[in-house]
Amino acid sequence: MSKKNKKAETTTGRKNISKRQDITRRFLRNRNSVIGLVVTAIFVFVALFAPILVDYDTQVIQQDIPNRLLHPGEDPDHPLGTDELGRDVMARLIYAAKMSLAIGAMAVIIAIAIGVVIGASAGYFGGRVDTILMRIMEVLDGVPSFLMALTICASLGASVYTLMIAIAVGSIAAQSRIVRSAVLTVKNNEYVEAAKAMGASDMQIIFYHIIPNCVGTIIVQFSVKIAGGILHASSLSFLGLGVQPPDPEWGAMLSGGRAYMLDNPTLTLFPGLCIMVVILAFNMLGDGLRDSLDPRLKG
Amino acid sequence: MSEHLLEVNHLKKYFKTGKGTVQAVDDISFTLDAGKTLGLVGESGCGKSTTGRTILRLLEPTDGQVIFEGKDIAKLKPAEMRRMRQEMQMIFQDPFSSLNPRKTVEELIGEPLKWFKVHKTKAEQKEHVAKLMDIVGLAPRLANVYPHELDGGRRQRIGIARALALDPKLIVCDEPVSALDVSIQAQVLNLLKELQKEYNIAYIFITHDLSVVNHISDDIAVMYLGQIVEKAPSKELFTNPTHPYTKALLSAIPIPDPDLQVEQIPLKGEISSPINMKRDCHFAARCPYATEVCLASTPELVDRGNEHFVACHLF
Repeated sequence: MSKKNKKAETTTGRKNISKRQDITRRFLRNRNSVIGLVVTAIFVFVALFAPILVDYDTQVIQQDIPNRLLHPGEDPDHPLGTDELGRDVMARLIYAAKMSLAIGAMAVIIAIAIGVVIGASAGYFGGRVDTILMRIMEVLDGVPSFLMALTICASLGASVYTLMIAIAVGSIAAQSRIVRSAVLTVKNNEYVEAAKAMGASDMQIIFYHIIPNCVGTIIVQFSVKIAGGILHASSLSFLGLGVQPPDPEWGAMLSGGRAYMLDNPTLTLFPGLCIMVVILAFNMLGDGLRDSLDPRLKG
Repeated sequence: MSEHLLEVNHLKKYFKTGKGTVQAVDDISFTLDAGKTLGLVGESGCGKSTTGRTILRLLEPTDGQVIFEGKDIAKLKPAEMRRMRQEMQMIFQDPFSSLNPRKTVEELIGEPLKWFKVHKTKAEQKEHVAKLMDIVGLAPRLANVYPHELDGGRRQRIGIARALALDPKLIVCDEPVSALDVSIQAQVLNLLKELQKEYNIAYIFITHDLSVVNHISDDIAVMYLGQIVEKAPSKELFTNPTHPYTKALLSAIPIPDPDLQVEQIPLKGEISSPINMKRDCHFAARCPYATEVCLASTPELVDRGNEHFVACHLF
């Protein structure tokens, strides 16, 4: 009885709340998602304003051999120390945020955009469309993703853009398979048939009913894959196929500092921390978004 | 040109499965006039929902004609069919799965208006939705609520409101009250009746509940294994049931009077398999009066007078 009253109360209490306010409110109620949002926002902010915060020519790539391998705090000009070529670690970390985030985000956006189109068409139309699209994806998936990325980078020439494409191509197959399975679950709901009966076209059904109901899956994928994308970019950069020196990149910095790990552990610690914190923040943000976008999960 | 709103001629819907062909709808014909209700009754799996969906072309008919306002909609191109859907809407059985859980009541009711771009501005659409909510008896404060926060009766009112949104001439109601409590059933049925009177809508009312169908229908068609076995005006069917299957069904309606003794006609056996059916009377296996004639051929639906059609060799 009391439960029923409570429900009635919440129903009437919500009468003037718009849908967007409702989602915002639910998002803000979750502490983890807010932390994730704040941390992600800080990194994105730093990445966006990196060229203003640090000077590329004098701070990021300027070598200063007499001041090489300074420990953090040794020199007030270099709060996080300097690397093996005397470059300021702090400045390089800031500049690398731009590189890493841009590559990770763009690669995942490309992969998800293509994956959603392929997965949604395969899942929604089914039959022959499904078979053909998914077999192509399986062929794509049969090639080891790292080998694929290497081939793409090698044939198109090493650059940041090739790196994005290489990472994206490697995860299209996984992406479309996940979207396809989400679409299959949603498609069999009666409201999809109802929409057809009401006169919606296939495209309208896909964009109005199916994709919004798969958005949880897609967002979680985005947050997980962006972390993977950053790591992938780092490994390729380490092999010399991604970000080219002297441009900084977290993964490349991590690998570069490896040789000095015993004497200067902070050279590997800071870029490692950056990668870890960003990935954690993206995952927390992703979880929070998924929960707040689904009205059934509110509590 | 036909004078009827809807004319269904020899409609067939077969599904191919691994075991053979399922004859879900097997040669069904009937007519429906504007503002009238045809009740389609039968037990689970007899093809009544498939009939409703095939008429609306949610399923492509295997054969036959569905003539709506003089046009055979089974032959319309996809774009023409979409336009035609403004005239013919559907109310679904399950008010839980037929509403997208991510949309608010306002969005759900506004959906058909959105697809046909009925209104130029959002404000106009909002006003229209508010009017529809008022018509079906949903309080205005529920506009921004999600369907999972409402009870079954209110959810079904959402389904009714959006079926009404485009002023259709025909609504296929697929067991619209079978998922509801009995007390709510009556409210929803009365609402449907009032709406019919006011807007002159024709219903195809699919149900397995005979007391419901008696309450709302002008004509009743009884289906058994994909075929209509008896069709008559409601009153005629209830006072003078002819087909043995109809008789058995009617005898099964509980009557709230302990003193009244009604002769029960229990049906023996199971419903036969709808896969690769023989050309016999499909009901013969369960019919207490079955003879050799019944196994030899499928009976035709024949007029017995008073618009009473029966498909039985014995009459």
